[in-house]
Amino acid sequence: MKNENLYNYILGIADNSLILGQRMGELCGHGPSLETDIACTNISLDLFGQVRSYFQYASKIAGDGRTEDDIAMLRKEREYKNVLLVEQPNTDFAYTLGRQFLFDVYHLAFLKELQKSTDLTLSAIANKCVKEVSYHERFSSDWVKRLGDGTSESKEKMQEAINDLWTYTDEFFHQTDADKAMVVEGIGVDVTKLKDSYYKEVSQVLEEATIQVPESKYFQKGGKQGIHTEHLGYLLSDLQYMQRTYPNMEW
Amino acid sequence: MSEEQIRSLERQFDERIARDEKIEPKDWMPDKYRKTHIRQMSQHAHSEIVGMLPEGNWITRAPSLRRKVALLAKVQDEAGHGLYLYSATETLGISREEMYEQLHTGKAKYSSIFNYPTITWADMGAIGWLVDGAAIINQVPLCNTSYGPYARAMIRVCKEESFHQRQGFEIMMKLANGTPEQKEMAQDALNRWWWPSLMMLGPTDDVSVHTEQSMKWKLKRKSNDDLRQQFIDQTVPQAELIGLTIPDPDLKWNEERGSYDFGEIDWDEFWQVVKGHGPMNKERMKARVGAWERGKWVRDAAMAHAEKKRNRKEKKAV
Repeated sequence: MKNENLYNYILGIADNSLILGQRMGELCGHGPSLETDIACTNISLDLFGQVRSYFQYASKIAGDGRTEDDIAMLRKEREYKNVLLVEQPNTDFAYTLGRQFLFDVYHLAFLKELQKSTDLTLSAIANKCVKEVSYHERFSSDWVKRLGDGTSESKEKMQEAINDLWTYTDEFFHQTDADKAMVVEGIGVDVTKLKDSYYKEVSQVLEEATIQVPESKYFQKGGKQGIHTEHLGYLLSDLQYMQRTYPNMEW
Repeated sequence: MSEEQIRSLERQFDERIARDEKIEPKDWMPDKYRKTHIRQMSQHAHSEIVGMLPEGNWITRAPSLRRKVALLAKVQDEAGHGLYLYSATETLGISREEMYEQLHTGKAKYSSIFNYPTITWADMGAIGWLVDGAAIINQVPLCNTSYGPYARAMIRVCKEESFHQRQGFEIMMKLANGTPEQKEMAQDALNRWWWPSLMMLGPTDDVSVHTEQSMKWKLKRKSNDDLRQQFIDQTVPQAELIGLTIPDPDLKWNEERGSYDFGEIDWDEFWQVVKGHGPMNKERMKARVGAWERGKWVRDAAMAHAEKKRNRKEKKAV
């Protein structure tokens, strides 16, 4: 492939939306209230919309006849490049919203930088996504505050979720080879520069939510290299079920 | 109020409806009108919410990104319908919590069709095409019903439902024109959903208990049997168009009536499902009640947080 770095770079971005969209889609019809149900479905819908834009572009770059669906659904587990955070399960509403919040703050900051990309397709996609993700971030931080500063039960659950998910946050700021190459070309975002403001912003919301900012310095990584947690395989077997069972068909 | 006064109010009320005037929440209305509307409207709202489950079942496994996005949007529309139907029902003086309570205890019903399982992707097509198709036939007349908030909600619901129906038909068409395996999947779904869809239009006229009063209040404009005939006449040519076979050996065009004759519906099955013993009744209720119970601490937290915020604001104001 001529543009292999660009292709891998797009996959690195899109896989986060794909896997998180899939997780949020699991909740449809099972939310704690009709309003939150609609909001979670909406986030899932936005994320899959983004995935389509990215993969349609990736399919063009690959130029080998693979479609957006082939790229989304026919890779092996080790070929998915999403960060570990987004594949974590919907343990309860605090985990779901905690995961969303920790991702949204990063995602929004990332997209704001991607808007400046010299690759016009990527900057156009980022322009569209920024609006959606600003809304996601408002929604998830509001809920972190509500649950953190709600009842003692909700506070405990929110704290536990943040404590458990915290270990997956540092991975956002690791650069892959494709990242580095794209930064040099002015196409990609230098994620290492987003780290300080990320933790500052996250800490601000957590403080407002009366949630303690975890002090642990032990972080997990590997998702970007395709080394995932045990959760991903099950998620993929749902995601890929139809494409694997009925190959080469149109739907 | 004397009985004489009540009778006079009832007379005026009936005349307003006969003149096609809308009844609004603050207007006087007979107790029975209020109760009947609460029953029907909440049942309708519950159907939207329970109806999210069989289709939600395929969101994670949709075969393509395009289909996944469309399915998510569809299920989200249903949640939206539930939301404004609950709001419309609340104008009659019942809270959403009370309505949920009635659903969860089995006091309130929802459409029985959602007690069937969705076992293949083609079921997403069949539900859109047949179930939403039958629902539209039931619901279009309600856009002119006498209770204003219900009529207005239905206008929006019907617009979205007809979009869903086309979407469902398109899923079926794609399968029917696909590989033999896909076509078989489509036919199998039609076989399983056809009869339950006919049952959706309600018991036959001779046993339907609510019809006469409902006609007067414009909660119903055609009888169940007429609606069913309309559904069959509309759907059979659509099945032919995509080369699928309606699973009814007695189905035959009747030149004289200008309609299709059709076979006997298994009403025992209908009543079995209505009474709570269909294939998925227990699972559907378990899912709804489970979501509600698991969500209690979340709703409590939201209330507590709002209260804290209000107190802080008041303190500041002082």
